[in-house]
Amino acid sequence: MQTKKPVPLIFELSSPGRRGYRYPELDVPETPMEELLPKEHLRREVPKLPEVSEIEVVRHYTGLSRLNHGVDVGFYPLGSCTMKYNPKVNEDIARLPGFSLLHPYQPEETVQGALKLMYKLQSYLTEIAGLSATTLQPAAGAHGELTGLMLMRAYHRERGEDTQRKEMLVPDSAHGTNPASAMMVNYKVREVPSDARGGVDVEALRGMVGPQTAGIMLTNPNTLGLFDENICEVAKIIHDAGGLLYYDGANANAIMGYVRPGDMGFDIVHFNLHKTFSTPHGGGGPGSGPIAVSQRLQDYLPGPLVSKRDGEYVWEYPTKSIGRVRSFFGNFGVLVRAYAYIRSHGPQGLMDVSDTAVLHANYLMRKLQDDFDLPYDRHCMHEFVLSGKRQKNQGVRTLDIAKRLLDYGVHSPTVYFPLIVEEALMVEPTETETLATLDAFVEAMKQIAIEAAEEPETVRQAPYNTPVRRLDDALAARKPVLRWTPRS
Amino acid sequence: MRYIPTTSEERQHMLDFLGVDSVEELFDAVPDRIRTEKPLPLPDALAEAQLMRHMKELSESNVSCEHLVSFLGAGSYDHLIPAVVNHITSRGEFLTAYTPYQAEISQGVLQVIFEFQTLIAELTGMDAANASMYDGATSLAEACLMACNVARRSKVLLPETLHPEWVDVVKLYMENQDISVQMIPWNRETGTMDVAALHEDAAGDAACLVIPYPNFFGVIEDVAKLSRWIHDAGGLLVTAADPVSLGLLEAPGAFGADIVVGEGQPFGNTMNFGGPGFGFFACSGSKLIRRMPGRIVGETVDTEGRRGYVLTLQTREQHIRREKATSNICSNQALNALAGAVHLSVIGPQGLKDVAYQCLQKTAYLKSQLRDIGIQAAFSGPTFREFVVQADANWDEVNKRLLDHGFLGGLPLGERFPELQHCVLLSVTEARTKDEIDRFVHALGGLC
Repeated sequence: MQTKKPVPLIFELSSPGRRGYRYPELDVPETPMEELLPKEHLRREVPKLPEVSEIEVVRHYTGLSRLNHGVDVGFYPLGSCTMKYNPKVNEDIARLPGFSLLHPYQPEETVQGALKLMYKLQSYLTEIAGLSATTLQPAAGAHGELTGLMLMRAYHRERGEDTQRKEMLVPDSAHGTNPASAMMVNYKVREVPSDARGGVDVEALRGMVGPQTAGIMLTNPNTLGLFDENICEVAKIIHDAGGLLYYDGANANAIMGYVRPGDMGFDIVHFNLHKTFSTPHGGGGPGSGPIAVSQRLQDYLPGPLVSKRDGEYVWEYPTKSIGRVRSFFGNFGVLVRAYAYIRSHGPQGLMDVSDTAVLHANYLMRKLQDDFDLPYDRHCMHEFVLSGKRQKNQGVRTLDIAKRLLDYGVHSPTVYFPLIVEEALMVEPTETETLATLDAFVEAMKQIAIEAAEEPETVRQAPYNTPVRRLDDALAARKPVLRWTPRS
Repeated sequence: MRYIPTTSEERQHMLDFLGVDSVEELFDAVPDRIRTEKPLPLPDALAEAQLMRHMKELSESNVSCEHLVSFLGAGSYDHLIPAVVNHITSRGEFLTAYTPYQAEISQGVLQVIFEFQTLIAELTGMDAANASMYDGATSLAEACLMACNVARRSKVLLPETLHPEWVDVVKLYMENQDISVQMIPWNRETGTMDVAALHEDAAGDAACLVIPYPNFFGVIEDVAKLSRWIHDAGGLLVTAADPVSLGLLEAPGAFGADIVVGEGQPFGNTMNFGGPGFGFFACSGSKLIRRMPGRIVGETVDTEGRRGYVLTLQTREQHIRREKATSNICSNQALNALAGAVHLSVIGPQGLKDVAYQCLQKTAYLKSQLRDIGIQAAFSGPTFREFVVQADANWDEVNKRLLDHGFLGGLPLGERFPELQHCVLLSVTEARTKDEIDRFVHALGGLC
């Protein structure tokens, strides 16, 4: 239930001397401060944290939460983000003290359960990817991409080709993180055009590869929600040129049990555990982006990995490890939830997930194809992309459609992405929504299409029923106010 | 199946509408020769009750800090967390949202981030902060990259007194951008950076100097001197600060830090076997702010003039700028940052001071009690919540015996620092009681 009542900033509730929490009294003999810290190290100005009571804190954040949409609140068909239901039991599990109260440097013999969980998860993800080893260290999908590209460089370096293989091929339909990750390892990005069916333009690709090619980053199904039929040919072209294939697993919810990236020819795969494996997105994170790799890359993986020796689980560093991409071992709390998710589904359950996600997406796509432009008329996988071109001609932009949808209690699809579709709306319904929810979304979209034709101004002024009306992005960027400042 | 609501009638209804006989037909673009023929080799599905039993068994085959009394720190800390934190972060409206792309229905998360940015800016004494990074180590790596971009230099000065894992992470990030890393040695007497090694030429063309604050050994570096030195050489000062220490120690902004990063786990987040916690990132001046990595929330107004919040300065980011972005970061650690914000809000300025003061005093108490039984601190420099002791002992063995007494001992340093073969890093937070410390000293006395 949303409310229009504005919530003051927590700082604006502050009253001098009010406290919301008390630490126990200090129970050790005190040493005079001057014996412990030289005066020049002491803080001179007290940080202006709010001074509030516990009930104010609770009401404040509860009030804020009511201004927020989440999967628990309503439909969230945000394309490429897989906003599926996040099982509650997994939250209880992740909070078990035997998981949450472990220190990362505890001796191995005291954390056998945690290591076993990680070992099993490594092997499950390796199987789902169809590859040979997995690291759980990367903290998010983009972090997995970065790690994968570092592995590519290490691989080429060992072959004496790192200085020559400097080009990373990225399709024009790719997620923005792909070229940004390539930049993080000093690769030069070359954009591969898409063909008329939405896949990689194979002929163009053939002309682009060579001794300078480090590899290609692909999402399959791609961001149009289409499975690239020529994937085997693409893999051959890249491998023949001496490059490697990176699989962006953002769309892995479409393929579980149906096809494995390793069998498509990929050398590196990242999974977004917060997408495919249902761990909550948390308002932007934490995510987790494990990567699985083929045999020829596994010795370079960041360490440590968990292995099993004489029945015990132990930390082990790959022989030619690139090092580490973050502190400790990964977002373990997220790994626990993903492990629980896989165990609650089993092989058939995961296949049902992909199967239903694909069915739901096709159903929505066909229901909406008469009211919006459908740029690629073929079966989609777990998501699809519509174009708001027709509505644009009526004076209504895709942004307006997105805002109008908010009035129906629905989060908007991803908009203006992929870049190759004009006025794009990327819809991913996921497998956890009911038919009634899908039908209600269809009705809302149809209603908006009618409005766009008959009363475009209504759509252009949306939203109406949200806690705030349309916000001024330009003002925020022109005169950045990035923090609260006390009134002097 | 477990979380799929679609009934077989509904499935049939959708298939009929689509004019296909089975979902299989929708997969027609997948070439036959790469289709998975056999079921994935995964264990069979568990019902909720079975799953819970299995997960409890797994969790209980660990010995957690619910039962162990921990004196282990080194980047992950056993601090008290107010009960209210978990209740707030469990709210589905926060938990199950994503990055607030649609601001009008995401004011909750957006305002939380705006408040979080303010809290971090206040804590560090900087102008602005972003919405969080993966962890302290990656936040530091991004800070070094940003310093190189801003200073247009390609060398980073890293002290050996920085957490060894953070050193590894920064080195790997720099190596992949062809940026050189120069390590700064430390003084065996004080446990701090060897200031004598920092002659004028050493800074050379360095983009930045990193100061861990306090450092990995728990010792407080001579920040004022280091700050002057790097600034005189035209480089930036990057401070990797422990947020709890900032309740007592001078804010990095006050001694001239250009960028402040750190690991926020101690506020609001359990140790979680090392993650998730959250990295924080703050800086000053519009030149730097406009090059910050990650999400940033700004204040604005809606069409009716009401105050509201949006993601802003997005032209820095990957989804707009692709290969010209300042970083590739997309998902961050928003929920963990929320936990940090709730924790800081409920303890307030007095609570922050209390927790820092108790860490300082309890650490000093353990140090003095150990000295009384002949276990000496390894360094003369002032410490905050951690310190190194040396004793002629095999610490791996000692730690094993301590476990029998219910204690999680300190981190032996010999493996990473050969010159500290008989040294161990101990940590004491406000969560330790005098009784626990006394019993720990007693146990150690019998083992060393």
